Amino acid sequence: MEFFGLGILTWITFLPIVGMVIVLLLPKENKDAIRWTSAIFTGLQVVLAIIIYMNFNRGMAGINTQEGFQFIEKATWIDIKSVAWFGRVQIEYFMGIDGLSVLMVILTALISFIAVFASWEIDKAVKGYFALLLLLDTGMMGVFVALDFFLFYVFWEVMLLPMYFLIGIWGGPRREYAAIKFFLYTLLGSVLILLAILALYFSVSVNDPVTGEKIHTFNMLAMMNPANFEPGSILAGMNTSWRYIAFIALFIGFAIKVPIFPFHTWLPDAHVEAPTAISVILAGILLKMGTYGLLRISYPMFPDATVFYQIPMAILGFINIVYGALVAMAQEDFKKLIAYSSISHMGIVVLGMAAFNTQGMTGAILQMFNHGTITAMLFLIVGVIYDRAHTRGLSEFGGLMNQMPKYAAVMSIAFFAALGLPGLSGFISEAFAFLGAFQSFRWITIASTVGIVLTAGYMLWTLQRVFLGTLPERWKTLPDINGRELFTLVPLAVIVIVLGIYPSPAIDLLTSAVNTLVDVVGQSGGMAMGGQ
Amino acid sequence: MTPEILIRLSLAVLLLPFFGFLMLIFFGRRFSRQGDWLATSALFICLALSLVVMFYKLTAFTEPISFNFQWIDFGNVPFFGPLQVYLGLTIDNLSTIMMVVVCVVSAFVHLFSIGYMHGDVRYSRYFAYLGLFTFSMLVIVLTNNFFTMYVGWELVGLCSYLLIGHWYEKKSASDAAVKAFIVNRIGDIGMFTGIMILYFTFRTFGFSEIFNAIQAGNLPYGSEAWLTAAGVLIFCGAIGKSAQFPLHVWLPDAMEGPTPVSALIHAATMVAAGVYLIARTFPMMTADALVSIAYIGAITAFISATIAIAQNDIKKVLAYSTISQLGYMVMGLGVGAYTAGFFHLVTHAMFKAGLFLGSGSVIHAMHHALHYQGDHHTDPQDIRNMGGLKGKLKITFATFLMYTLAISGVPFTSGFLSKDEILAGTLAFGGLTGHYLIPIVGFLVAGLTAFYMFRLVILTFMGEHKDSHRLEHVHESPTVMTIPLIVFAILSFFAFYSFNPFGASSGWFYHVMERPTSVVPLSVAAANIETFEEALHHAHLPAMALSLIVAGFGILIAFATYKWKKINADALADRFKGVYNFLLNKWYFDEIYGAIVVGGTHVFTRMLRWFDNTIIDGIVNGTASWTKAVVFGYTEHRKETRISALAFMLVGLFVSLLVAVWAGQWFWSTQMSVGSMFGAIIMAILFGGLTFFFFWSGAGGFDKYVVDGLVNGVAYFSGFFGILFRKLQTGRVQTYIVFVVLGVMVFFFVFR
Repeated sequence: MEFFGLGILTWITFLPIVGMVIVLLLPKENKDAIRWTSAIFTGLQVVLAIIIYMNFNRGMAGINTQEGFQFIEKATWIDIKSVAWFGRVQIEYFMGIDGLSVLMVILTALISFIAVFASWEIDKAVKGYFALLLLLDTGMMGVFVALDFFLFYVFWEVMLLPMYFLIGIWGGPRREYAAIKFFLYTLLGSVLILLAILALYFSVSVNDPVTGEKIHTFNMLAMMNPANFEPGSILAGMNTSWRYIAFIALFIGFAIKVPIFPFHTWLPDAHVEAPTAISVILAGILLKMGTYGLLRISYPMFPDATVFYQIPMAILGFINIVYGALVAMAQEDFKKLIAYSSISHMGIVVLGMAAFNTQGMTGAILQMFNHGTITAMLFLIVGVIYDRAHTRGLSEFGGLMNQMPKYAAVMSIAFFAALGLPGLSGFISEAFAFLGAFQSFRWITIASTVGIVLTAGYMLWTLQRVFLGTLPERWKTLPDINGRELFTLVPLAVIVIVLGIYPSPAIDLLTSAVNTLVDVVGQSGGMAMGGQ
Repeated sequence: MTPEILIRLSLAVLLLPFFGFLMLIFFGRRFSRQGDWLATSALFICLALSLVVMFYKLTAFTEPISFNFQWIDFGNVPFFGPLQVYLGLTIDNLSTIMMVVVCVVSAFVHLFSIGYMHGDVRYSRYFAYLGLFTFSMLVIVLTNNFFTMYVGWELVGLCSYLLIGHWYEKKSASDAAVKAFIVNRIGDIGMFTGIMILYFTFRTFGFSEIFNAIQAGNLPYGSEAWLTAAGVLIFCGAIGKSAQFPLHVWLPDAMEGPTPVSALIHAATMVAAGVYLIARTFPMMTADALVSIAYIGAITAFISATIAIAQNDIKKVLAYSTISQLGYMVMGLGVGAYTAGFFHLVTHAMFKAGLFLGSGSVIHAMHHALHYQGDHHTDPQDIRNMGGLKGKLKITFATFLMYTLAISGVPFTSGFLSKDEILAGTLAFGGLTGHYLIPIVGFLVAGLTAFYMFRLVILTFMGEHKDSHRLEHVHESPTVMTIPLIVFAILSFFAFYSFNPFGASSGWFYHVMERPTSVVPLSVAAANIETFEEALHHAHLPAMALSLIVAGFGILIAFATYKWKKINADALADRFKGVYNFLLNKWYFDEIYGAIVVGGTHVFTRMLRWFDNTIIDGIVNGTASWTKAVVFGYTEHRKETRISALAFMLVGLFVSLLVAVWAGQWFWSTQMSVGSMFGAIIMAILFGGLTFFFFWSGAGGFDKYVVDGLVNGVAYFSGFFGILFRKLQTGRVQTYIVFVVLGVMVFFFVFR
């Protein structure tokens, strides 16, 4: 599918860059023009995402064959014929999506669009802010569509710097600390990922279709084929120490992003300091990159190591669920509480992913999407109250239900979705993640269900502390949620409700890819799972 | 009448209340009378339709009618094959009768609420939630699979939460709402785990599919113990929802909600859902699971009956009575008296809904009288402030007495029929298995029930009112409230269930509600139906005689104590102060749970928060500072020292050395050629550059000239980037990037 000679994935990825250029050209005094430019370009992105959704072929599998991918764009990007030591360096501009990424692409477009409207009230250096936001958008989108590892890494890093500045400049009082912490942590992860990329690069070689010579490649799909590993290279074979080390390096790199315990402490700081829209993006999209990376890269490239580390991964998922929920329960700061709840909810993704069966992985991927929408709502909700009251102390509120009824209604939907109430989307993904996980490791899953109660506990307790009871005198003038804020929240609420009742529109996108991935991991990992 | 029409009618019954909910939640305030007529008429239509469905199902169809649709398609699952999730509903005798029960109670509670909630601040929202609740409850009733059962299970929990917290301005109300939800969730974990076991084994949620598979000899993990575990875990859901020991603590607190809500949700329908669940899953329960169920029921019945004796709040007495009666039903099902257990659910729904509505009528009258007097201190729910109300509240009293007779098990009432059957069942069970404790508790509780219920009636309606002035202002409730009372009172007569007042088994109900055959392996199954019926037959007359004696005895003592004052209750309470306080304080369950579970979690979460902030984050921050101090040699204020430069150089040397060693190894392992010679030269240059670079960086040169120069240059060209970098040109980030790049270069050679 092409528009003006360029593929739809190129458009959806680089439209924000076009927007950024226009924003940079606009005079900085003209704040509304800057805002609307951003809104239009992210809006176009949403339109493209809808087109992708409409034209997405549910039957194509993806994962490890190029034929299974859709909307493919492939061109030689960097091709240096002979470099000493390296031989020929060829890097491709290779994009495509399958069931794993399509939901993430839609989510990215949607959340970015909403983030623009959530940033409307930003008044400090508007031009810089929106330019960076759009750059960030491109980086995120690129990560989800790239199929060349080098390209993937470039996008991964492109996303990092704008995020750093967005937190570091437009953040709260401790913004510099939070920003540098986020940056260093992610950078550490990036380095580990880069090491794994290099190891893979030098281990994998394919025949150049034109010249017939054997060349190294960054093509992810080539890296998933065990036949492409050169004998004697560092990652050749199966179940070797080097493969385990490379898997761990990748895992830590991605785990930092998720974040998986004990690499999670950057998240509460970053969230607390970041402006609302950035928190929304951070929780809504950035965290998903970690789990997406694991599924897209670690699983099919290292199925042996994935199977080897199944139980440790499941245990980490369990720790995330329960530990995150327990620490969330002890928070006094509204935003920090939501941040820890994110850790808990991403634990469900990890648990479901570690199951290696269709139900668990479907649940996990769906949970990635649902957590994106639900947590985005939660952070928007915190932003609404913070904009008005300039405090996030939970104990300072109370009785807002009557003062802000519309706000309370939206917040109740988000909170009940987050605590996994049936009829709202969070439940479906949690349920299937657990159901799948139970098939692979029953005791860890049973232990993890404690999280269901704990989540209900802190969510309802928070709801009670903010909305129920009597209204303190000082909040008697708080205005209810306004039209713009409702505009950011209502679409998400609609998605949460629709997918909660009928999740098939989302699940149908996934099944072919998930089944293939389960097959790849199961076959190459040398074990058959999920059967009786 | 075809099955399709019955399915459509059932769907209409299911969806009408939901439609009412949607209308009221969005447009409630725009309707005249805030839409109460809409919700109420919707429910009466449901009632009519459900009666039609029940009539046709019971008369024309013997087999269950099922309706399925594909909800999720997982495609062709590796190592398994095609996998879909089907959801749907089932129309069998159990579900149609339960559907009618739900609709009857809900419809008349709607009607009652029009009077009771008149002038409430959130009138339309209240009716909206009632509709949502009815919908959710019907989901539980009509479902044919565990998944939607769980969905409905949680949704009724939500409605319960919303309605308990209806007056959320009161702290006690919102506390009770949260408590109800969380305690229920604890039970739900068990239920969900049970569902996971069953789904893992059978790859389906459908009841009949699972039962068929078990009958075919397919067991979870191939073991009977896991089948028992699955049964007990499913029952955990019932422990939460039906307020069984040890999770019964939420129900008394739930009385913070409006009284009609207590009647509908916390007496007649939602709390009975647990019993319904056991009835639904009865075929898969092993003997061991059933015995556990029976004991939990018996313990619950006993504990709550003893607590009810000492309570003074009219709704609290009824709440504990409800728990006790639910324990009865659970016990009945557990001993294998399936029909009796479910029968008691139905009869209890009628008279307990009536009791709550009756208490609502009393509270309503008391509240208005107190309000008229300007008295805001006297508790309108405390029976010690009542007495002598029967002259003023004639209809309320007459109907309340009818319900009390029914719950006490006096002949010619519905309660006598059902309770008697349960007791006969326990007696038969005791004879068959030797678990005699269960019938003993059963009869004891029957006596206690008669006692505390008549205590309630006497203290509320008989005797003299404390304040004759107040009594003058007590008035009977309006017609919308008395009609439901009369209806439920009529439904508490035996004739609706069996024409023989002393034999339920000859009535239609027993005819249509036969105990389903067990599907579990014979070795772990409970006594089969024939054996049980045989024992039941022998137990019937002794049970009836005994139950009449204990009920009569209980009523007699109640009259002797509170009416004729032959026994001085206060003196007795004083004499056995310990026991009395123990009962008054509800066996201290709340205190124990508060200290251990809530307090423990509280302390534990704070410990973990400290751990997260101090230990984990401490390691993170400590690593950062340590690295900065060692490598860069500057602290927060970036004061460079000679040591830092030295350290820097050492690190540089070390890294260069490592690279050299690795590169050397690589060299010796390959043949020399022009290309590799060329490569060696480049590498030598790189080594030199690298080492110099580290020295230079260590001396601060890189930061000073390259990074800052770059930054300033860029800043000069672009006002925009200037903003960014002026903020952050401390150089830290840039230095880190340099390090990363270098590190990457090193590893590049390693892997090569």
